[in-house]
Amino acid sequence: MLYLIRYGEIALKGKNRKFFVDTLTRNIKESLQGLEARIISEHSRIFVEVNKEEHDEEVKHRLQRVFGIVSLSPVSTADLSVEDIQERALELLQSSHTPPFTFKVETRRANKSFSYTSPEMNKMLGAYLLKNMLNNMEDISVDVHNPDVELFVEIRGQEAYLFLESYPGPGGLPLGVSGKGLLLLSGGIDSPVAGWLCMKRGLQIEAVHFHSYPFTSERSKEKVKELAQKLAEYSSSSINLHVIPFTEIQKEIQLHCPKELSITVMRRMMFRLGRDLAQILRAQVLITGESLGQVASQTIENMHAASIGVDLPVFRPLLGMDKQEIINKSQTINTYDTSIKPYEDCCTVFLPEHPVTRPKLSRVNEIEQNLDVDALIEKCLHNYETFPFKLTRQHTYI
Amino acid sequence: MEEIYLDNCSTTPLFTEVMEAMYKAQLQYGNPSSLHFKGIQAEKYVEEARKIIAGALKASPEEIIFTSGGTEANNLAIKGLAYRHYRKGSHLITTPVEHPSALNTFQQLQQEGFSVSYMRIDQDGYIDLDYLKTMLSNNTTLVSFIHVNNETGTIQNIKNICRMVKDFNPNILVHADGVQALGKIPLRPGQYNLDALTISAHKIHGPKGTGALWIKNGVLLQPLFQGGNQENNLRPGTENVAGITGFGKAVSEYINSYAGKVANLHRFKHLFFQELKEKVEVYINGPELKQGAPHIINLSFPGIKSEVLIRSLEEQGIYSSPGSACHSRNNQPSHVLVSLGLNKERIDGAVRFSFSVLNTEEEIEYSAKQVAHCVKDLQKLVF
Repeated sequence: MLYLIRYGEIALKGKNRKFFVDTLTRNIKESLQGLEARIISEHSRIFVEVNKEEHDEEVKHRLQRVFGIVSLSPVSTADLSVEDIQERALELLQSSHTPPFTFKVETRRANKSFSYTSPEMNKMLGAYLLKNMLNNMEDISVDVHNPDVELFVEIRGQEAYLFLESYPGPGGLPLGVSGKGLLLLSGGIDSPVAGWLCMKRGLQIEAVHFHSYPFTSERSKEKVKELAQKLAEYSSSSINLHVIPFTEIQKEIQLHCPKELSITVMRRMMFRLGRDLAQILRAQVLITGESLGQVASQTIENMHAASIGVDLPVFRPLLGMDKQEIINKSQTINTYDTSIKPYEDCCTVFLPEHPVTRPKLSRVNEIEQNLDVDALIEKCLHNYETFPFKLTRQHTYI
Repeated sequence: MEEIYLDNCSTTPLFTEVMEAMYKAQLQYGNPSSLHFKGIQAEKYVEEARKIIAGALKASPEEIIFTSGGTEANNLAIKGLAYRHYRKGSHLITTPVEHPSALNTFQQLQQEGFSVSYMRIDQDGYIDLDYLKTMLSNNTTLVSFIHVNNETGTIQNIKNICRMVKDFNPNILVHADGVQALGKIPLRPGQYNLDALTISAHKIHGPKGTGALWIKNGVLLQPLFQGGNQENNLRPGTENVAGITGFGKAVSEYINSYAGKVANLHRFKHLFFQELKEKVEVYINGPELKQGAPHIINLSFPGIKSEVLIRSLEEQGIYSSPGSACHSRNNQPSHVLVSLGLNKERIDGAVRFSFSVLNTEEEIEYSAKQVAHCVKDLQKLVF
């Protein structure tokens, strides 16, 4: 099988184009590791040739998860002669469709030196297919408005490409071209989507989770691991999940901070830990799943209070999304089913009944005097665990 | 770290002897239905286990039908009796505190057109007998209840219930779910005038995936599945020879080697509670200590969420369970504790400790100390 890969936006990148295309090619190559497939990169097109039939589906599955790819099609190639194009077209239709059906031919002639125009090619190919497809000609017919099958022919400099179908890729920019970010991954619906959206814009990510055993269960940690695995399917290679023990901080906050401000202080501690971990990992930005006004802690004041001490940009890609939009997205990227498993994250166990929505910074600072912030941060950061999650094979056969 | 397992209502570890017996049975790979020697060998294993289990219940071997566990046995008894005796009536009676395998079966029957009534229970989980009397009608065919409640340890007075029902109409069938009763309290279904009794292997240190229904000689039952003629035509399918052998072995171990230790369970429960009561504020959910099942105690501590306490104890190597293990994966409050009329805080905080003959007095004392310690620690955080 030969796949033709289309990339959209990258083509517009001017002088940086080569960097973008090279990164995309490298990501494709990496994501196809372990499969019998090779990349053919020529004339501003990328092709992937699969040399083992059992790997066709898996290759398609993986390519549909490489950021930067807009769509892909399984293609046949033909020499630049009408006869060869006709023969290949016939083969392609015969092997994929059983009459009766209606069809249409759509030619694009990028190579203007080819001797026939696109409309001429459409006519010639259509006539040839009608005549040769079957003995009984009543079974197939041309329908240019609403055909069952559309045959696309692209005539280019060296060869012609024929295909029937296109499958969407995730779009966006190749992973890595935008740098690296650290995702605060909670286990809920939002944060995996936030991470995915940043990955889509070319950001390589690592994830951090704050674990508060015994206030949250071992199962909630397993859930976060599962989410990291789901994101890894889009990573071309792997994603690291860092789990920071948060129990001690949680306890100190419960003991020393007024209930209504405990969430605010807790989130400040998480951002501080995120900042320090980002430095270790050389990540340039923190990513959160916050959506403006979704819950009490996602007001301007609380967001400000949480990240004010952090000298890194904070990306909140869900800021303008409604909950339902986020849910829809999480369903398309396949994280939803994991996110809704009923294990509490560290935010829910200690959730006070009336958290403050507009905390005063001066008051928060004053309260934090009760905590030995630096020592707590250092202690937690000393003990984090790292779990790598690799892209896995989805299509296997007995 | 030392491990102390106090979640024996969920399941129990296998007795070593059971493991050995199962291994031996597993080596005899024959199908009990085969005509040749291999088949006869395997059949012997199954029939030996049947004899042991029947003997333990003072019943006859042909009254035992092996199943895949308590859930299947409950389904078989409830559906099997309701369907088979449908011509005599369509009114069924049960309690609101059943195990899900019974509760959901009754719900299915209700959807199919049976009329299902739920008995009243008091704050300790006991069936209101006077009210039950008023529920019985000429249309009633089956009364089914859980003998020892798996969450609270409440023991129903099985004799009185049977007597009342049979006095009203001897044709009404009575089924009891005895999964938590087996091995912990005497079980004499025939003497009680019961018609069917569910039991399971893995609550008494036998294997998972094996249970049985005791069904009184002569009581007719419709099978759940169609297939071969195993288990008196009532439960088709090639017998789980190793599982059944393990079940038999677990029962005989109970009788021969652990009989004395069952008496310890009551003492453990008292000891555990006394240790706790001295140190922290604690409430019992369900019947008072003397009355409940010897191996179950369901407790709440003010301000403490059960899940947090359970995980804190796990850190100390002590395994316990919230209200009921069967509910712990969804956030629904236990229907049993709700039926007792407990408030939300008590239900959210309910932790079930369940003991077994393999626990030791030291373990119980140590655990009680650890529980008190964890409770105090956590209370600091919530108050």
